[in-house]
Amino acid sequence: MVDADIGLRNLDIVLGLESRVKHHLLDVLEERVSLDEALVPGKHSESLFLLAAAQSREKDDVETSKMKALISSLRERFDYVLIDCPAGIELGFRNAVAGADEAIVICTPEVAAVRDVDRVVGLLGNRFRPQLVINRLRPNLVKKGKMLSVEDVNAILRLPLLGVIADEPEIIVTTNRGEPLALRKDTPTGAAYHAIAARVAGEDVPAPMPAPAKVTILERVGSLFGGKRA
Amino acid sequence: MIEFLKKLFGQSGSSATAKERLRLVLMTDHLELAPELIEAMKRDLVDVISRHVEVDRDKIEVNFERQDSALAMLANIPILSVNRPSANLTLVSVPAPVESVQPPVAANGAPPKSAPPRVRKRRKRAAKKAAGTNAAPASGATPASAAAN
Repeated sequence: MVDADIGLRNLDIVLGLESRVKHHLLDVLEERVSLDEALVPGKHSESLFLLAAAQSREKDDVETSKMKALISSLRERFDYVLIDCPAGIELGFRNAVAGADEAIVICTPEVAAVRDVDRVVGLLGNRFRPQLVINRLRPNLVKKGKMLSVEDVNAILRLPLLGVIADEPEIIVTTNRGEPLALRKDTPTGAAYHAIAARVAGEDVPAPMPAPAKVTILERVGSLFGGKRA
Repeated sequence: MIEFLKKLFGQSGSSATAKERLRLVLMTDHLELAPELIEAMKRDLVDVISRHVEVDRDKIEVNFERQDSALAMLANIPILSVNRPSANLTLVSVPAPVESVQPPVAANGAPPKSAPPRVRKRRKRAAKKAAGTNAAPASGATPASAAAN
């Protein structure tokens, strides 16, 4: 896993690896350390390694050709190389995309995000046929017609749908601890992540759709009096 | 009360507004990002009109304008001269060759009127009132209306 968001390193903290990062992507590109020294083994998986972004540098410090070469050397060593692309459409984006074979675009069901994704898909051009992951969907809001649905988003973007992730409070809690919910296959959200991984790996499994939470009459009454509601 | 009824039938959701706003903004985005498309459209448009009148190719202006729930293409085409009407001349409506591009633009041309020196041609997509109920879906195109002033 390569954090290509130079200057805004955060995959390490999300994965709970922040204390183990000693070297970063630019150390490797500028040949201060070897790739082996910079790869941080994952906490929860033996097959996952992180190459952290440089924190005190800028995106323009990366040369596209060197980035491409780095990705091809990673390609020889791993089954899958995931490159976390920075936001924006400038050099950082172009560098992240340079060595990739496939693209997965993540979109929240909001007008600004859909517009940005439409633009990015245009920039990815003919080299890619991006697949779509819809993130932070709130099925209850969709049901009430207050949020764009999966169908609404994809009627506009028209991309192959890879998966849908619900906006689950548990994601915040697990991320706080540095233990991604994606690892917990027993939760609906964890299962959704696993389905995405399986589909990326070419398995023919369906993408689970987040269902609206059932609210009991008691909870409904409770919410009238300012109680908490799912 | 109306709001309540709308809510009851699930039509008041802001997601419908979001959808409509996105549809329009993406059409403008796509046009803005494809200047060659506009050039090609301009060229074809002039070719069609030139069959009937002589136009000033250098002074053609094509603009796109948001009009409530529709996107309109406004073309300002100065006419230099008009042929004397002859008995043999038949005016035919020619389909503009932009049908397949995305977003779709209305596809009917109308014969220009011969009197005024400048023709303001207006093509409108998804004319809300004409449809009666809702605006036409993204794929549908309503016939163009041509206006001369």
